This record gives sequence, C-alpha cells and structure tokens, in this order.
Amino acid sequence: MTQSLSHWLLDEAPGSRRQAVLGSLYRGLLAILSNPPGLVGLVIVTVLVLIAIFAPLLDRGISPIAQDLGNRLAQPSAAHWFGTDELGRDIYSRTLYGSRVTLTIVALVSVLVAPIGLAVGTLAGYLGGWVDIVLMRITDVFLAFPRLVLALAFAAALGPGIENAVIAISLTAWPPYARIARAETITIARSDFIQAVLLQGASTWRILLRHIVPLCLSSVIVRLTLDMAGIILTAAGLGFLGLGAQPPTAEWGAMVSAGRDVILDQWWVSTIPGVAIFLVSLGFNLLGDGLRDVFDPKETS
Amino acid sequence: MGSGMAGRIFRQLLSFAVTLIMTFIGLTAVTFLIGRLTRIDPVLAVVGDKASKQVYDQTFHAMGLDKPLIVQYALYVKRLISGDFGISVLTSQPVLSDLLRVFPATFELATLAIIIGVAAGIPAGVLAGARKGRWADHVVRVVGLFGYSVPVFWLGLVGLFVFYGKLGWVSGTGRLDVFYEDIVTPRTGIILIDSAIDGDWDIFRNAFSHLILPAAILGFFSLAYIARMTRSFMITQLSQEYVTTARVKGRSYWGAVWRHAFPNIMVPLITVIGLSYASLLEGAVLTETVFAWPGLGLYITRALFNGDMNAVLGGTILVGAVFIGVNLVSDLLYRVFDPRLRGA
Repeated sequence: MTQSLSHWLLDEAPGSRRQAVLGSLYRGLLAILSNPPGLVGLVIVTVLVLIAIFAPLLDRGISPIAQDLGNRLAQPSAAHWFGTDELGRDIYSRTLYGSRVTLTIVALVSVLVAPIGLAVGTLAGYLGGWVDIVLMRITDVFLAFPRLVLALAFAAALGPGIENAVIAISLTAWPPYARIARAETITIARSDFIQAVLLQGASTWRILLRHIVPLCLSSVIVRLTLDMAGIILTAAGLGFLGLGAQPPTAEWGAMVSAGRDVILDQWWVSTIPGVAIFLVSLGFNLLGDGLRDVFDPKETS
Repeated sequence: MGSGMAGRIFRQLLSFAVTLIMTFIGLTAVTFLIGRLTRIDPVLAVVGDKASKQVYDQTFHAMGLDKPLIVQYALYVKRLISGDFGISVLTSQPVLSDLLRVFPATFELATLAIIIGVAAGIPAGVLAGARKGRWADHVVRVVGLFGYSVPVFWLGLVGLFVFYGKLGWVSGTGRLDVFYEDIVTPRTGIILIDSAIDGDWDIFRNAFSHLILPAAILGFFSLAYIARMTRSFMITQLSQEYVTTARVKGRSYWGAVWRHAFPNIMVPLITVIGLSYASLLEGAVLTETVFAWPGLGLYITRALFNGDMNAVLGGTILVGAVFIGVNLVSDLLYRVFDPRLRGA
C-alpha cells in the first residue's frame, strides 16, 4: 500500500494536476528529510507549532497571567520549572504561550508581505517600461532603509500593539520579495508558453495570476522561510522596546526586557525567553537553508 | 577617446546624483508620511491641551496644516534642507543639535565593532572557504548560524551577566564610570580619542572597559555575516582555473589562497563590509538600550516613549541618511577598485 502510494506520488507522468502537485510536495519532503540541518529545522518549527496549539494542555494548570506577588522572582523549582517573574507569574507557562504571539506575528507578516511583493514584482517585471522604473525606485527606497529603525518609526506613529508591529514589519519587509518576483517574472515572460497563452488571447491579468505568479511562488516561499528568523528577531526587538504585544500578554521580547533590571541576580527571568527566541529563529534558519539547498541547487556551496 | 572617457565619467556622476536625489526624496517622503500617520496631534504638542480653540486654529494655520499635503511636504523638505528638524519636546533643544551631540557615541561603538568584525571575520571566512568541509569550516558555519539566530538585546544582557556580573572583566552600562563623567573636553565626542589627546589614560582605560563589551557583541554580528560572505567568495575563487594554474606552477596551497584568490575577493568584500557597517547602526539601537549607551539608538527609543515625534523622525532621517551614504560610498569604491566596472 505505502509502496504503491509512493509510486503514485513519484510518477514521472502524473495523470492529474492533483497528483502532480502532491508529487512535487512529496519530493520536496523527501529532499528535506535527507538534509540533516533542514530536518532539525523542520523538527524545531513543528514543535513550535505543536506547543502553540497545545499550550493549554502543557501549561500544568498555571495561567500565564496569574500573578503571585508573594512568590515573585522565585528560582526555577519543581513548582515553577523556569522560575517566576517580577509579578510572580510562571515563566514556563508564559514561554509556552509566547509561542502563540510569535507564530501569529510570523503568519500575519507572511500573509501580508508575500502578496505585496508578488504584486509589485510581477507587475514591474511583466509590464516593464515606466511602471517597472517607478515600482522599482519605490522598492529601492524602502530597501535603502534600515529595517528596524523604520519599523520603530512606524510602530511609534501607529502606537504599540501586535497589529501595528505586524504592519510596521510588513511595510519594511516586502522589498526583497518584489525584487525576487521581478527577476523571476522577467525570465518567465520571455518563455514560449507565455507567448502561446498570449496568442490564445489571454488577458494580462490572466497571464499574471494563472501563469506567472504560481511559478514565482516557490522562490518567494523559500525566501520567506529564510526571512522568518529576521522577522522573529525584529518582532522580538520591537517587543523588547515595548512596542509589541502589550502587557499582560506573554511575549518573548517583552519578557526579556522585563528581566533586564534583575539580570545580575535573577538571571532566569531574561535568559529563558531569550533562549526560546534563539531556538525558534535557529529552527527557521536551518529550515530555510535546507529549503534553499533543495529548491535552488545553484546556491549550494 | 578622451572625450568619450569624460562623457562616461559625467554620465556616471549624473546617475549617481539622480540615485542620491531619488533616495533622499523617498527618505523624506516616508518620514513625512510617518509624521502624518502619528496619533499625536502636532498642534497640541505645540500649544498644549489647555489652549483655546482660537489659539489652536491659529497654530494649525501657522503650521501649514490646512495646506494640501504636497505643499506641506515641500515645506517639510525646505525646513530639513535648512537644517531645521524641529524642537525636541523631551530636551527642548533643536533636534539637529541633539543628534550631533549623541552621534559620536554611536559612531565610536559601531566603528570599534566593525573593526572587530573585519579583523576576525575575514580570516575566519578565508580559512573556512579554503578548508571547506573540514572542522574549521564547520566551526565558522555554526558561529554564523548562531549570529543569524540570536537576538542582539538578549546576547547583550547575557554578556553583561557573565562578563560584568560574574567575572568582572569589564565595566557595566554607560560610557564611563560616574566619577569620570564630564571631565574630558569633548573635542570629537569620541571619548577614546578625546582622552588620548588629553593624555588622560585612566579615563581612556575606563572608557575602553565600558566600550569593549557592547562593541564585541555588535562586532560578533558583523563577524558572522562577513565570515559567511568571505567563505562563499573564497570557494568561488578557489574553483577557478587560475588557482589551478598557480598550483601547477608550484605555488603552495596557502600561497595560492592569499596571493591569488584573496586579492580577487577584496572588491566584493568592500560592499559586504559597507553593508554590515550600515546595519551596525541599526543593531546599535537595541544594543544601546541594553547598555544605556548614550548614542543615537538610545536617543530615538527615549524619544519614542515620550511621544517626541520630531526627535524620532530626525533620528530616523539621520540613520537612513548614514545608511544610504555608506551604501553609496561602498558602491563607489567598488567601481573604483574593480577595473571591469571602470567603463561600465
């Protein structure tokens, strides 16, 4: 049964669109599994997602926002695995729930950034001429900005909060995607099948949406995975400065910041959420490197 | 021939100028829009919330807020060009003089950091590239991966905990111990240089012990990036035929690496160093917050929490301008040093 399933998936001449799509996904999965760093990355990211989903089951019945002022800044112990923070809240539980905030930010930024980048890049690459010049100039301007400082200024203007942090990060993160999509589009637009579709009378929109965008997707997704770590670090940086999720929401960057004043005596308050940020961005980095090795053998060295 | 050359240089300068102007317009347009986006009422920030309706309207009109957006933008650019960045609500000083006062601290930090990054990153990258797949390569790869994944503000805190709190090897936050502050004559604003000019080596040592930890932490991030790029440039060069030729002629392996391959990677490395120097300014925002380092980053974040938008936007423009400037200079150096691009 598994034998025939894998045969069906790896069929060189797929009989349906579904079989072709599933087959290429399966090949990608096999390639990632044979790439040890990529596999480690995949495991870390999967664990993160599972923790975020099952946080209420894993929190040992301790709420992440329950305060216990009589037991503040307690050392890691059997009752509080990672100790407690300055308001006596359980750091283990807060770290678990913090994964939800991080995942939310990452998901929302991806959903915003990829379409913006694809729209700008494919339009510029396909239409060319002054549209290309104007769009790419705008992209260059945003690319020329230091990312964190720009996000900081946006977040300052919009006010603190997760939604605004997401908007601020997205506004600064889209330019590389536009660049990639444009480069891909220029190559694709020259190929014969686009000419064929054009001769069949397809409209510009149809060509862009049905033929060019799907082909740009894989490089955009690889780049997005590689960027995840950067997005997580920027989000944590905004949180650290107090511009991300607002209290009492558990957010890793803000948790590190909360432990700043007591770092010399109660090191665990800052250290543990920091380790969480590190592990998660490490996971995305490894996964991104693995995906790049798999999908873009040219870059492998 | 000669006029063709002059024409090329002229065209290059022209395209350089166009890029510069376009980027400047973009930079100011973005900060202008952010200024409009803010929820802080610019009129209230001037007149205070106890002002009468009449005073409010007068100021509203005087500030040009009833004019079309494009006119407001033109006025804004005009003010910026004349060096008027507005008054900081927090310090009651012109933002420009505030920025000039805090910038040297960031410059000092970022410069020492890039020196550390270059001095350690390039040899590490060359070693990793030349010994590809060996243990040196793996070490550099792991260090690089760590650098790409670790939050800078957290590494700063851990560094403070270990090297200041536990080991006592370095001094804590700030630029100087309290009793040394305001003794040095601020000539350049860079304490290491100022104290050296005064010949005050106690202050020099104290300043250095404050500087070294944040600089090493920032430098680590540029080290990770520079080593990774150097490695990949090195691998590309070492697979070229001229390296084989040199080896066939009897050059030793390391001779071929340093004398033949290395000169060829120096040019692209200029861009890498430029980029990482510019991004240090950005990393400085978080690092300065952790180390209470009185530079641009701390100035911007403090302004942020006091709703001081003039200061925030002024700081953003300065960081953006330096960022763009460094990029353009490294682009220019690239053209100067790469003979293939001289005519292009």
